[in-house]
Amino acid sequence: MISEPLLELRDVHKAYDGRRVVDGISLTLGRGGFYCLLGPSGCGKTTTLRMVGGFENPESGEVRLNGRVVNGLRPYERNVSTVFQNYALFPHLTAQGNVEFGLRERRLKDCAAQALRALQMVELADKASRMPAQLSGGEKQRVALARSLVLQPELLLLDEPLAALDPKLRKQMRTELKRMQRQTGITFLFVTHDQEEALSMADQVAVMNAGKVEQFGTPEEVYLRPATRFVAEFLGLVNWFGPVGVRPENTVAARGGEGLAGTVEDAVFLGNCMHVTVRLFDGSTVISELPAQGALRAGDAVKVRWAPADEMRFP
Amino acid sequence: MRQWFLLPARLWTGLFFAIPLCIVLAYSFLTRGDYGGVELPWTTESYLRLADPVYLGILWRSVWVAAVSSLLCTLLGFPLALFIAKSGKRKVFYLQLVLLPFWTSFLIRTYAWIFLLRDTGLINTVLQALHLISKPLPLLYNDGAVLAGLVYNFLPFFVLPVFASLEKMDPALLEAAADLGATGWRALWRVTVPVSMPGIVAGTVLVFIPCLGSYLVPDLLGGGKTVMLGNLVQNQFTSARDWPFGAAASFALLGVCALLAALLLRNRQIRSVL
Repeated sequence: MISEPLLELRDVHKAYDGRRVVDGISLTLGRGGFYCLLGPSGCGKTTTLRMVGGFENPESGEVRLNGRVVNGLRPYERNVSTVFQNYALFPHLTAQGNVEFGLRERRLKDCAAQALRALQMVELADKASRMPAQLSGGEKQRVALARSLVLQPELLLLDEPLAALDPKLRKQMRTELKRMQRQTGITFLFVTHDQEEALSMADQVAVMNAGKVEQFGTPEEVYLRPATRFVAEFLGLVNWFGPVGVRPENTVAARGGEGLAGTVEDAVFLGNCMHVTVRLFDGSTVISELPAQGALRAGDAVKVRWAPADEMRFP
Repeated sequence: MRQWFLLPARLWTGLFFAIPLCIVLAYSFLTRGDYGGVELPWTTESYLRLADPVYLGILWRSVWVAAVSSLLCTLLGFPLALFIAKSGKRKVFYLQLVLLPFWTSFLIRTYAWIFLLRDTGLINTVLQALHLISKPLPLLYNDGAVLAGLVYNFLPFFVLPVFASLEKMDPALLEAAADLGATGWRALWRVTVPVSMPGIVAGTVLVFIPCLGSYLVPDLLGGGKTVMLGNLVQNQFTSARDWPFGAAASFALLGVCALLAALLLRNRQIRSVL
């Protein structure tokens, strides 16, 4: 039996002041996964998320949750919850008060106990009585997560959840978010412009550009078999040989053997690897990612080659 | 170099505020002269006289009038500030309207109320012409007139800090509230009002303090019947010719205001909207 998709977007459009921000998006999300909308700023990913969350209404097309059209329903009338980019914690309430907010609106019993359990899940129970101003960025993030998760939504929306954190904390929170998604079984849909974040966290990535979804697939699919030139370039460096694209890690530069002849222009040590820039005889440059121990230096004559299996072809 | 920029302000407040204040403080501990002025010996008698029920009554009355004025300013000013904060591009225009009364002098604006409220004033004339009343309503020279004048004059002092705190409020907070189930009046009560509370408290005190010390409005619109602390001070220096007592009453007023201001400034959030 095929279970009904959790979220379905059908040809959704949205424009601001005549500018088409979301230009016909169709997307189907299953239950219980970690999904990502990835794209450059202005590609319509946040607007798409806001239409799912209930903060914007599509001009045309349908947003369906569990098969039911939710266009026009208020945010709390759909079983979704949003974690906002800057967390939007209520500054006048404690961490616990923030988590209790939604429970109290729903007139539920045991608000305090439930809120505390949610704070325990994000490992913040000991800071339940702190005000948001007394919490670090990572802690605020956890409170925002607890505030949404405590309502047990079917779908949790996260708008650039890691953008406001410092790089070290960001990597830690990636694992943390993955853990919470698995632990709760709630479907997560997050928006980011950081391809590394998308690839490392998501089960499925929708790569967006200019209001459209260019490709929807697993991280491996969008990285290794990009559907369009845009997807290939947005997810990582590409060396172009006419219509053929090859990733730097699949591009080998060596002193001897077969391949396109060129000269090493620059060799940058990056710790775990080296980026060697080679100028070919036709004047173009390619980047080859080589092991850090490689002995290539600027001025060396090299041959550049790659395996046909690693070619990405676009019409 | 930086400290030199403060010199003009230091000189000004030193010469025209701190020194006169010290003189008034000294007066409050002297004995009254027969024809005004002050004489030796030093005494605390003026302060002791303030404890007299008559004067405690005036103090209480001043606090009461100032409190009611502040409350009325809150009821009128909060919705107004909220309206302006949500007005988008027209915000600046509405703020200018709020500040428009400052284009004329305080005295003239207060006098204008006499022309509105007196027996032959605009309101009574219109109501009589419409035959809604047979004889003029007693609108002037009572507490109501004083409150109207105070609220009218000090409303902008409430609206501006509340507007500032509403303006600073992150719009995402209301979206978060909607996400969690609170919209409309619920969101207003559970998010907007508490988040703008520093502004509301600041505005309330900015109204309360000048109302407490006001003397022109009760003098003109209260017809001398509504005696407040400010009028007491004025009377002591003029007709009553008791300068030490007037000085002591001034300091009692200053003390109440300074205490309020000190309490207020201890709160960092309130400081940020003043």
